[in-house]
Amino acid sequence: MKLKSTEIVDTFAEAFKMWGARVIITAANRQWARAAAQAMTGFATSVIGCKCEAGIESILSPGQTPDGRPGASVLLFAMDKASVGKRLLERIGQCVMTCPTTACFNGLDGDNAVQVGSQLRYFGDGFQGSKKLAGRRYWRIPVMDGEFVVEESFHVQASVGGGNIIMLGTDEKKTLAAATAATRAMAEIKEVILPFPNGVVRSGSKVGSRYKTLPASTNTAYCPTLKAVTDSSLPPDVNCALEIVVDGLTETAVRDAMTAGIHAAAKPGIRQITAGNYGGNLGQYKINLHELLAD
Amino acid sequence: MPLLLKQIAPPEVPLEADNITPDRITGQTPAGVEKLTVMHGNETRRIGDFFRVTGQYDGVINLQGDHLGRVKFIGARMSRGVIRVDGDVGEHLGAGMSGGAILISGNAADWVGPEMSGGRIEIRGNAGHMTGSAYRGADMGMTGGEIIIHGNARNEVGNAMRNGLIAIAGNSGDFTGVNMLAGSIFVSGELGIRTGAGMKRGSVISLKDAELLPTFDYSCTYQPGYLTLYFRYLTGLGLEIDDERVRGPYKRYCGDSVEMNRGEILLYSG
Repeated sequence: MKLKSTEIVDTFAEAFKMWGARVIITAANRQWARAAAQAMTGFATSVIGCKCEAGIESILSPGQTPDGRPGASVLLFAMDKASVGKRLLERIGQCVMTCPTTACFNGLDGDNAVQVGSQLRYFGDGFQGSKKLAGRRYWRIPVMDGEFVVEESFHVQASVGGGNIIMLGTDEKKTLAAATAATRAMAEIKEVILPFPNGVVRSGSKVGSRYKTLPASTNTAYCPTLKAVTDSSLPPDVNCALEIVVDGLTETAVRDAMTAGIHAAAKPGIRQITAGNYGGNLGQYKINLHELLAD
Repeated sequence: MPLLLKQIAPPEVPLEADNITPDRITGQTPAGVEKLTVMHGNETRRIGDFFRVTGQYDGVINLQGDHLGRVKFIGARMSRGVIRVDGDVGEHLGAGMSGGAILISGNAADWVGPEMSGGRIEIRGNAGHMTGSAYRGADMGMTGGEIIIHGNARNEVGNAMRNGLIAIAGNSGDFTGVNMLAGSIFVSGELGIRTGAGMKRGSVISLKDAELLPTFDYSCTYQPGYLTLYFRYLTGLGLEIDDERVRGPYKRYCGDSVEMNRGEILLYSG
């Protein structure tokens, strides 16, 4: 299948069941809200090495936040509910509570919840207090600029991680431009994040390694420097490959983001758009690229 | 169609009508409702002796009449549904209620929502003494739910209150939040004297400055983040709060130091 001059490979992205949470961070102004969100989503590119994947879903206007201040919506994903809880506790405690003027709220509804504010409250050394309003409890922890307000529990829901597209280009400049265009288009989709730097990853991985201690290693089939010495998946005139990984609260959101990314990345100089998978043996979701475009 | 209870005869002495609740009326025909009992002094009488009952209960009970101020215990111990009163109501409105809503277009007498644990009472007029309070000798007053008063309230609002929300758009009398254990009381108008006397925890928030007991110590002037959540919520319920008071700042006083000293009184200081 061709999209403009780009071939869309007949393959699928293999995605995984994860658990996700949405965190609404507010602050006195947009800069501080963004600072806290960036800190919280730092070192959260891959669940393999970072224990979670996180990113900024959107920047929020005062009218979109619980306390009427500027804010940011953060999505965080891990492999199970308990892990989401642990990561939220660490990251809200170390990255949001520490940031001047911030407050932190749950951004999801549902039946599954993890305790965050009820754990962080102990930082208050006995001077913490809580307020219950409309069925939701908020903890007030005294800090040096006043109080940190954090919701007691955060809802988590079954989510989808590891959706992806891989752009194969004739050179670095064109591939980078296509990846940038794709991430911009994908960022418009709600309920997804792109956890890698600016949404793009160059060090795609395969399962396993010749070194026994490593669970994953570089994706040799897509490394242009190894075309001559490996079973390469790259066409002869491709000299650069970049991947975009997408995690979402729903499979639909992940599919929508991938579709938007493919359309935006199909440009002159991009020979193929493909996707990463493990033969369909590991992930619970197979997202076929041709089906996305047919939809 | 709501169930309509229209008052046909004024009681000589106040009626105790704790059967007028959705819990007792659900599944009853109008004739069945008229047979439910009320206490008229030391006599057991029937609702039908004082009200004509028409319509069908669809989740709402509507009371109409010129002498409803002499009817006590309306909505006592209710857990669901809505009671809408066109006019005033007597004492002990919603006593011990755990859910549902009571909407009063006029004034309420003393003891609004004593020891309630859930639900909402909204009064468009004024309320008497002891709103959301503990009964005399009891350890705890209101333990949950909301009381919204669009007018004024008299003394001892939230006496021994343990949780929940009371918001008063007008003035509040003396001893607001006396012996308070937790929860939140918002007062838009003037506070009476001795606010928070004996309080252990909880918050009294005044949108005006006030004179406090010497057992409350000033901590700081700041913008409490959680207040915005409440102000947005209360605005949604129809209370008017101007933007300046939403943004603060507020002076924080801690007390009562004759008790645990973990309560707070926030006074707007714009």
